[in-house]
Amino acid sequence: MNRLLVSPSPHIHAPVSTRSLMRDVVIALMPAVLVSVVFYGWSELLVLGVSVASCVLLEYLVTRFLMKKPSTIGDLSAVVTGILLALNLPSTTPWWVVFIGAVMAICVAKMTFGGLGQNVFNPAIAGRVFLLISFPTYMTHWEMPKGLFGADAVTGATPLGVVKEGLLQGGKLSELISPDYLQMLLTNIGGSAGEISALALLAGFVYLLARRVIRPHITLSIWVTVAVVALVFWLVNPERFTGPVFNLLTGGMILGSCFMATDYVTSPMSVLGGIIYGVGIGFITMMIRYFGSYPEGMSFAILLMNAVVPLLNRAFHQKKYGRA
Amino acid sequence: MNRTFSIGGVHPHDSKISRECAIEPLPIPETVWISVAQHIGAPAKPIVAVGDTVKVGQPIAEPGGFVSAYIHSSVSGTVKSIAPRKDLAGNAQLCIEIQVEGDEWLESIDRSDILKTDFTDDNKAIVEKIRQGGVVGLGGATFPTHVKLTPPPGKVCERLIINGCECEPYLTSDYRTLLEKGREVVVGTAILKQVLGVDTATIAVEENKPEAIAYLNKLLPEMRKISTKYAGISVMSLRKRYPQGGEKQLIDAVMHRQVKSGGLPIDVGAVVQNVATALAVYDAVQKNKPIIDNSVTVTGECFPRQANLLVRVGTPLQYIIDYLGGFPAEAVKVISGGPMMGKAISNLDAATVKGTSALLFLTEKQTRRAPESNCIRCGRCAEACPMGLEPFLLNPLARAGMTDELEKNAVQDCIECGCCLYSCPANIPLLDSIRQAKAQVMGILRARAAAAKAAAGK
Repeated sequence: MNRLLVSPSPHIHAPVSTRSLMRDVVIALMPAVLVSVVFYGWSELLVLGVSVASCVLLEYLVTRFLMKKPSTIGDLSAVVTGILLALNLPSTTPWWVVFIGAVMAICVAKMTFGGLGQNVFNPAIAGRVFLLISFPTYMTHWEMPKGLFGADAVTGATPLGVVKEGLLQGGKLSELISPDYLQMLLTNIGGSAGEISALALLAGFVYLLARRVIRPHITLSIWVTVAVVALVFWLVNPERFTGPVFNLLTGGMILGSCFMATDYVTSPMSVLGGIIYGVGIGFITMMIRYFGSYPEGMSFAILLMNAVVPLLNRAFHQKKYGRA
Repeated sequence: MNRTFSIGGVHPHDSKISRECAIEPLPIPETVWISVAQHIGAPAKPIVAVGDTVKVGQPIAEPGGFVSAYIHSSVSGTVKSIAPRKDLAGNAQLCIEIQVEGDEWLESIDRSDILKTDFTDDNKAIVEKIRQGGVVGLGGATFPTHVKLTPPPGKVCERLIINGCECEPYLTSDYRTLLEKGREVVVGTAILKQVLGVDTATIAVEENKPEAIAYLNKLLPEMRKISTKYAGISVMSLRKRYPQGGEKQLIDAVMHRQVKSGGLPIDVGAVVQNVATALAVYDAVQKNKPIIDNSVTVTGECFPRQANLLVRVGTPLQYIIDYLGGFPAEAVKVISGGPMMGKAISNLDAATVKGTSALLFLTEKQTRRAPESNCIRCGRCAEACPMGLEPFLLNPLARAGMTDELEKNAVQDCIECGCCLYSCPANIPLLDSIRQAKAQVMGILRARAAAAKAAAGK
């Protein structure tokens, strides 16, 4: 007589796992990684390598020796955090600063809460913001893209940095920048490694949508909010406020809206909650860009809205069958 | 674009590898064990004694209450014992054991294949025939059909839906029934339509069964020419999506109406019957043939031979397996029904019942549950839930036993379709805990209703 396995239904499972989802995110980030390495060269490869290796190693050490549990690095979420952290840093960041960022991201923001799924704040953003506050010199020291085998590094400011600096000194926008939007879309001028090409990031975003890894509502609500806020202010005073296209293509807008704000763990569960979350991110980003002391506000905006997520999850629920 | 239900759902691979296998009668076994508890409601009471000889179609147990059903002998022979025996799940049920001698049917049963399209206008007589025929819902719930045809006073049925979705992967018996017994199903539909007093009947079939849809579309105009009783019956092609065959989901898909929590389909003017039930109604009313057999899909990639068999009620599973080539070496799990909602069988000596629609053999690789990991809050469970529930929230509440919160978050609405567990990337056994919590909350709700009734009676 055969021994039969008896367990409750369902008896089959969809071909999806945490690992397969994270692998899709890694694949989606590859175009951006490739472009950043091509344009920033070996130094970017070092930042990426140190970031991913430290994130994975730190998660392994924390799970095995502090939590005394089986290691969770197999789910690939530490690899995703490592890549995202690296893409959020300038290619000139020293390796030990990258490592400190990884400690903040993995040890503090992720594992102290219990690991993947338990954290309130997006680990990569928490790492980046910690470094931005602690090491402002390194973090605003941008290298101009020069290519893998290019000449000596030239440093410069980001478009958002130029605008902020110039306006603070009483300049007018028309004298400060003459943005080339096509170049911004293809290869941005200066910034964190991952911000270099909006197109490469968007390709990854489309891949995630096509694979149904994420839904588009959060990203779209951020874009719409940024565009609307920027349009209103720009119409009021085009010499003081930058316009919608400029704001959508600069800084961490694409990287943040496509890959960081859509993080499962730290974004709301319901669609309506996600839209409100996106509107909040877009609005806070624009307020920081226009009125704050930092040139860029994407990571602060995401971090702040992360904190609101539990409230949004409480307030907004799925539409139930047969209940008004 | 075809219609479908509006909330949740998943798209498992349909794996209908037995779809080309015509329904073939399984030879009659030497002995059958016929359970008296083959339906929802009170078990039937045996009306035969050990030593009695019985014929095919002879009633051997009578309803044990209003919600109960007749049981008939599926074979001719001698009653050997009336004793508890383990059923598919390993629970002891009272069974009537009959040793087979020949295949002698009651004379009143019309065994010919001639289609009988004309039926009486006397609805009372029809319902009585359905009751006498032991007809129960063959879509899974096995609810006595004559009860469903007696709507509570004040409720009006607007549309009869014949459920031909067969949305579970692997299952093909309803599909084969539509192809091979389409006319009989349509007559059964017309009978049900008349009894319910509705003008419209919709046979709902998912679009992955185009042959069945085309066949019905060809045959319905022919039937309409025969009699006006066949007016108002149509086929509706639905998008392929699980669990479309769920009663609540099907009503939403076909009528764009939702049954209120705790309510009945008739509250929104719907009555849903399965394709196999419509055929059983035809047999009972037109041919005087009670449910003595039913079609069973026997399937699985690891199984030697795919088949759709016409099986006498009470046939031991092992007999079916041996007939088709024996138990496959790689199979670790045998399921009665489909892979999403079917029940794992613990005991192959158990016998089939009226509601047995399939035997599915799965390998270790197909059915293995990967180890559970942290919830990553992806929301896939909530996206998949066809009742709009939030399994990611219900699961921790269930594990903590917080019944008030569970009730507030509608755990009692769960239809146990398995979409949440199926789609969870972290392999969290969501439905396992939610199912238990649902039973607990249902118990509380029942106790509360009983207390309110008692208070009102004072």
